[in-house]
Amino acid sequence: MARNTSPARKWVVTVAAWTIGFLIFFPILWIIILSFKTEGDAIKSPLAVLSSGWTMESYHVVQERSNYFLHFMNSVIISLGSTVLALVIAIPAAWSMAFVPGKRTKDLLMWMLSTKMMPAVGVLVPLYLLFRDFGLLDSRIGLVGVLTLINLPIVVWMLYTYFKEIPGEILEAARMDGASLRNEILYVLTPMAVPGIASTMLLNIILAWNEAFWTLQLTTKNAAPLTQFIASYSSPEGLFYAKLSAASTMAIAPILILGWFSQKQLVRGLTFGAVK
Amino acid sequence: MKLSHRAMFGATVALALSGAAMAETTITVATVNNGDMIRMQGLMDAFYAKHPDIKVDWVTLEENVLRQRVTTDVATKGGQFDVMTIGTYEAPIWGKQGWLVPLNDLPADYDVDDLLPAIRGGLTVDGNLIAAPFYGESSMVMYRTDLMEKAGLTMPEAPTWTFIKEAAAAMTDKPNEVYGICLRGKAGWGENMAFLSAMSNSFGAKWFDMDWKPQFDQKPWADTLTFYLDLMNNYGPPGASNNGFNENLSLFQQGKCGMWIDATVAASFVTNAAESTVADKVGFALAPDNGLGKRGNWLWAWNLAIPAGTQKEEAAKAFVAWATSKEYLALVAEKEGWANVPPGTRQSLYDNPEYQKVPFAKMTLESINAADPTLPAVDPVPYVGVQFVAIPEFQGLGTAVGQMFSAALAGSDTAEGALAKAQAFTTTEMTRAGYIK
Repeated sequence: MARNTSPARKWVVTVAAWTIGFLIFFPILWIIILSFKTEGDAIKSPLAVLSSGWTMESYHVVQERSNYFLHFMNSVIISLGSTVLALVIAIPAAWSMAFVPGKRTKDLLMWMLSTKMMPAVGVLVPLYLLFRDFGLLDSRIGLVGVLTLINLPIVVWMLYTYFKEIPGEILEAARMDGASLRNEILYVLTPMAVPGIASTMLLNIILAWNEAFWTLQLTTKNAAPLTQFIASYSSPEGLFYAKLSAASTMAIAPILILGWFSQKQLVRGLTFGAVK
Repeated sequence: MKLSHRAMFGATVALALSGAAMAETTITVATVNNGDMIRMQGLMDAFYAKHPDIKVDWVTLEENVLRQRVTTDVATKGGQFDVMTIGTYEAPIWGKQGWLVPLNDLPADYDVDDLLPAIRGGLTVDGNLIAAPFYGESSMVMYRTDLMEKAGLTMPEAPTWTFIKEAAAAMTDKPNEVYGICLRGKAGWGENMAFLSAMSNSFGAKWFDMDWKPQFDQKPWADTLTFYLDLMNNYGPPGASNNGFNENLSLFQQGKCGMWIDATVAASFVTNAAESTVADKVGFALAPDNGLGKRGNWLWAWNLAIPAGTQKEEAAKAFVAWATSKEYLALVAEKEGWANVPPGTRQSLYDNPEYQKVPFAKMTLESINAADPTLPAVDPVPYVGVQFVAIPEFQGLGTAVGQMFSAALAGSDTAEGALAKAQAFTTTEMTRAGYIK
C-alpha cells in the first residue's frame, strides 16, 4: 500500500532530488559548456563564461590534431571484448559458487576480492616485462586480457549475488526434467538472471571504458583508447581547458549515452533481489 | 600478348624493388602537451621533405603521465619509443644508468657549441651529450606595470626579496580582489617545491650538505619558509595552497595578481591579447635575490633523447638533430613569428636582432644564464639541479616535503612544524636509501 504523503512533502522531496541530481551532474555539464568556449573565455569567472559567445573551435582543433576514431574504436573493442570474456568466465564460476558451494567458497570469494586491494602500480613492472616478452605491448588483445582479469572479481561477485537470489529448486526441477548442466545454465539460469547479467555487463563496460592506468601504461599508438586521447590534452603548464573539455566531452559522450538509454536496466539490475 | 605480360612482370619487379629501396622507417616520438611541441607537429612537412624515408608517429601525453610511461619503458627496455621527451631532472639520472644513446656524433652543422652552457651542462654526463634541448625555461618576475606605477614604485631589473615584499604590500587591494603576489602553493616536487627550492637557493639554503645530510633544520630554510608564508598570507590570493602554474596563470590573466614569479614560458601567455586581459600591462624582471650571489630562479628544459636499444637509432638521430637545430628555429620564425620560436636553447637565437625585439627574450636568456644546475646553491652541494635534486628518490621526497609546506601555507601547520617534519622525513628516507652512512 502506498504511503500517504502530503503535496508539500512530495514537492520538497522532488526539489531535493533534482538539486542533488543536478549537483552530481554539474561537473559534466560544466565540461560540456567549456568545450564550446574559446580558451580565453574558458578561464573567466563562471558568470562571464556563461555570457560569452559559443564556438566549435575547440572541436575543430581536437579533430585536426587527433585521430579520434582510432581511439574510440580501441575503447569500444577493449571494453566490449573484456566484458564478454569476463562474463564467459564468470557465469560458470558464479553458478558453481552459488549453487554448489564448497567448504572454501566464501574464502575463495574473499581472496578474489582481495586482489583488487593491491595498488595497480605495484605490479606495473612485472606485467610490463611479461607484455614485452610476449609482444603484447600496444596490442588490443593484451589490454582485453588485462582488463578482463582486473574486473573479473567484481563480475564474479555481482553475478554470485544475483544467482543467490534465484531459488535453487527451479534449477533442481530442470535437472529432474533431464536438463544437462550446459542447458541448465544456458536455458534456465541465464534467462532468469538477465537483469543481473545485463547490469553487470553495463557496469563492466563503464569500468573498462574509464580504466585509465593500464590503458595508458600498456599502449603507445595502435591500441591507445580514449583515455590516452584525453591525457594528450591535459597540461600542467598552459591553460588548454576548452580543448581539454572538448576532448573529454568526446570521450565520455558514447558511454554517457549508453548509460542514459540503459539506465532502466541498470537500476533494475542493481536493485535486483533487494525485495523478496 | 606475351610481350605485354613480360613488360608487366618487369614493371612489377621494378616497383617492388623501388618500394624496398624507399622503405619507410617509422619512429615513435613521445612528447608532452605544450605549445612548442604541438607546433612542431604542424611543421613536419619540412622534415619529411628532407627525410622522405622517415615517418614520425607522435604520442602526446600529459607531463606526469608521460614521465611514468617513458620511465617504465626505458627501464624495462620495452622499445615502445624511439625518441622520448625528457626533462632536465631525468636526463642525468638516465644518462648515468646508460639508458640513453649519446649524441656526440651529430652533424657538424648542428653546432653543438651554440647550445646555452647552462642547459648543455645539465644534459652532459661523463662528457657525453645524452639529450638535445628542444626548449629551455627559467623563472622570472612578471608584474603589472600599471599597478606598479599606481603604487609609486619602479621595478628594478634585478629586484631583491625585500623590494618584492614592499611592492606586494603596496599593490595589494583585497576589496577589489587584487593580490600583490601570486606564487605556487600546490604540493608537488614540480609544483611548490620547484619554486621553494629555487627560492631557497637565494636565501643561502640547500637540500643537502656534502654528506647528504638534509638541511631543513638550518636557519636559511627557516628564513625561506617564513618569508614565503608571510608574503603569501598577507598579500597572496585566498586558497593559495591549491594554486599551481595554471591557477596562477588564470589569476594573472584576469588581472588579480600584481606580481607572479614563475616559468618564463608564461610570458608568451600573459602577453597574448586573445587570452589575457592585461596583455599590454606586463613587465618582466629577474627572479629576486638576497645579495648572496644566487637568484631564486630555476632552470628547466624539455629535451629529446634516444633510448638505448631502439632499432631505429639513425632515423631517431636525424629527427632529434632536425628538431633541435638552428634550421628548425628559423622555420618556426618564418611560419609562426619570432615570439613563437622555442626559447632557451641556442645562443645564436639571442644574437639574432629580430629575436631581440621579442619583449621577453632578453630576460629569458639572462634568467637562464643566472641559473647553474651544477652549482645551484651558495654553498657547495653534492647534487645537480637548481629546483630539484637529480637523484631518483627526489620525486618522492620533493612531493612529501611539498605537502608539509603546503599544509603550512594552508594554516594547518606552522613553519617550524613543517620544517621539523621535513627534516625528520628526509633524514629517514636518505638513510634508508644509503646516502647517509
